Amino acid sequence: MQTFDLGKEGLRALNSSLHALKGQTNMTAWEVINPKGAHAIAAGVDAPVEITVRGSTGYYCAGMNKQATIRIKGSAGPGVAENMMSGTVIIDGNASQYAGATGRGGLLVIKGNASSRCGVSMKGIDIVVHGSIGHMSAFMAQSGNLVVLGDAGDALGDSLYEARLFVRGSVKSLGADCIEKEMRPEHLALLADLLKRGEADGKAKPEEFKRYGSARKLYNFNIDNASSY
Amino acid sequence: MTDFPRTPPRFSATFTPAVNAEIRRAAATGIYDIRGGGTKRHLPHFDDLLFLGASISRYPLEGYREKCATDVWLGTRFAKKPIHLDIPVTIAGMSFGALSGPAKEALGRGATAAGTSTTTGDGGMTEEERGHSKTLVYQYLPSRYGMNPDDLRRADAIEVVVGQGAKPGGGGMLLGQKISDRVANMRNLPKGIDQRSACRHPDWTGPDDLEIKIMELREITDWEKPIYVKVGGARPYYDTALAVKAGADVVVLDGMQGGTAATQDVFIEHVGMPILACIPQAVKALQDLGMHRKVQLIVSGGIRSGADVAKAMALGADAVAIGTAALIALGDNDPKWEEEYQKLGTTADAYDDWHEGRDPAGITTQDPELSKRFDPVLGGRRLKNYLKVMTLEAQTIARACGKNHLHNLEPEDLVSLTIEAAAMAGVPLAGTNWIPGRNGGGW
Repeated sequence: MQTFDLGKEGLRALNSSLHALKGQTNMTAWEVINPKGAHAIAAGVDAPVEITVRGSTGYYCAGMNKQATIRIKGSAGPGVAENMMSGTVIIDGNASQYAGATGRGGLLVIKGNASSRCGVSMKGIDIVVHGSIGHMSAFMAQSGNLVVLGDAGDALGDSLYEARLFVRGSVKSLGADCIEKEMRPEHLALLADLLKRGEADGKAKPEEFKRYGSARKLYNFNIDNASSY
Repeated sequence: MTDFPRTPPRFSATFTPAVNAEIRRAAATGIYDIRGGGTKRHLPHFDDLLFLGASISRYPLEGYREKCATDVWLGTRFAKKPIHLDIPVTIAGMSFGALSGPAKEALGRGATAAGTSTTTGDGGMTEEERGHSKTLVYQYLPSRYGMNPDDLRRADAIEVVVGQGAKPGGGGMLLGQKISDRVANMRNLPKGIDQRSACRHPDWTGPDDLEIKIMELREITDWEKPIYVKVGGARPYYDTALAVKAGADVVVLDGMQGGTAATQDVFIEHVGMPILACIPQAVKALQDLGMHRKVQLIVSGGIRSGADVAKAMALGADAVAIGTAALIALGDNDPKWEEEYQKLGTTADAYDDWHEGRDPAGITTQDPELSKRFDPVLGGRRLKNYLKVMTLEAQTIARACGKNHLHNLEPEDLVSLTIEAAAMAGVPLAGTNWIPGRNGGGW
């Protein structure tokens, strides 16, 4: 286990060390102590390593992550795991705005709640939120899956493309072109897998969720839809 | 019965035939006009400025004999690997999607041969462009289509796009006709849908967030890459100051003459400011912060010739960017395709329905058959020629002003032909010492 004291050694030294990890490294387990809300912790990692951050993080922790498993033993600031490509990011606490924004792959697990715009413009990432999510989540979400064990705020899935949204609790309102859809067997199987990988299989059952997706009515501009925007 | 003279038909200056035609078009179709390019209205521009040249108080340099350097460093503030270009004319961001793959390749070929950079666009980095551009600037856009850390690291610089001159405050639009399989795949979208690019970034708002976003991008790329911030010509003094505060290495400022792949005509014609009005405010912001020449300023929007380059640089820019002019150099709107332009209801030099993907010149299209018409090797050669001519023209003017580097051109070398241009550019009306708005009432 490599222990890195962020308070003493600084962010540049941490990220520089993590970026230097290539291919088959023996240094696969990392622990970051004293994060104290610093920004861009473990951003741009591209190696199959496990990184545990002991405390809360600022903006863009695990930004553009590839391959790494990053555990935050606290809460995460805005844009956690933004544009993640692959790997796994698990947050024990809550996540601020834009969690998993534009993510293209991998798995983001938020054990607490997520604020507004969770999964905004997501492009293939899977996000599992054990708590609730704020307004405008999955805005213009293109692909991937967003699973919410709690409730969703206003305008869920506004201007949605092909991402799938699964919410167990209430949805305050649906955004433009987002509708409830039939939950078919393949969706239940997908959800079961996501709950398992999202460390939530003991907390909820697939049958308890509703599925939301795009009505695909706004895919090609039509003046008669102008009032929808 | 006496035949009295009749009042001849008189057209309204407000309801012109063109205005009325647009009203009829809107009434018939129920949709606003979408088009490509920049503003088409007449605006105060570089044509309204003149150089004074040398005289008794300033002596000129000999053309073709005495050195007049043209190189520029970009990104010297923070980047470990700043960019060095041979000429101060760069190629502005234009997307694969809006342009064909061969057109992007031609831009790379021409720019590299002339010693300058190209810029990606919405839709990500293509192999055509990376492979043929020695120096490639990778745009970081609100849509984040195709965004990935590997491309960030193989770029030579990163341009965080906040806005563009054709539509400050607006996002992008790529209509379904141009969403081919390859474009759709790069953007993680279904084929054939109308694709909107967001107007603001999904994970930051405001200058304080931007500072953190830039820091993250620097961390991901180990502080190697210059980071540009591109803004449309809206509030250039404050936008430049805030970009500097946020940690930009380079500010890219695009006036309303700058083109777009597609947006509403009403947006292009009625939002933003001409580049002439933008440059002095941006330069003043840099000077007020003590950052002029430390944070470089690239300006764009209606740059067509070496004279425009020289004038922009005399006003304080470090370099310029061209988009529309580069497409014309490649062969866009060429009269040799006139017959086909006529079939599309337009004419050469007026064709702007780039979003429809039916470009007879095969440049602004994803249609494989139309794309075949465009030869990227020939296109690249034409662009190189044009860039070389612009550079020679700018050098000609600089030498006449006694300057041994284009960067030594200064506002004192300029006068204005009109009161409007004098006020905007901050140079005196020709034959006077008058700069309207100065000495009280200026910004």
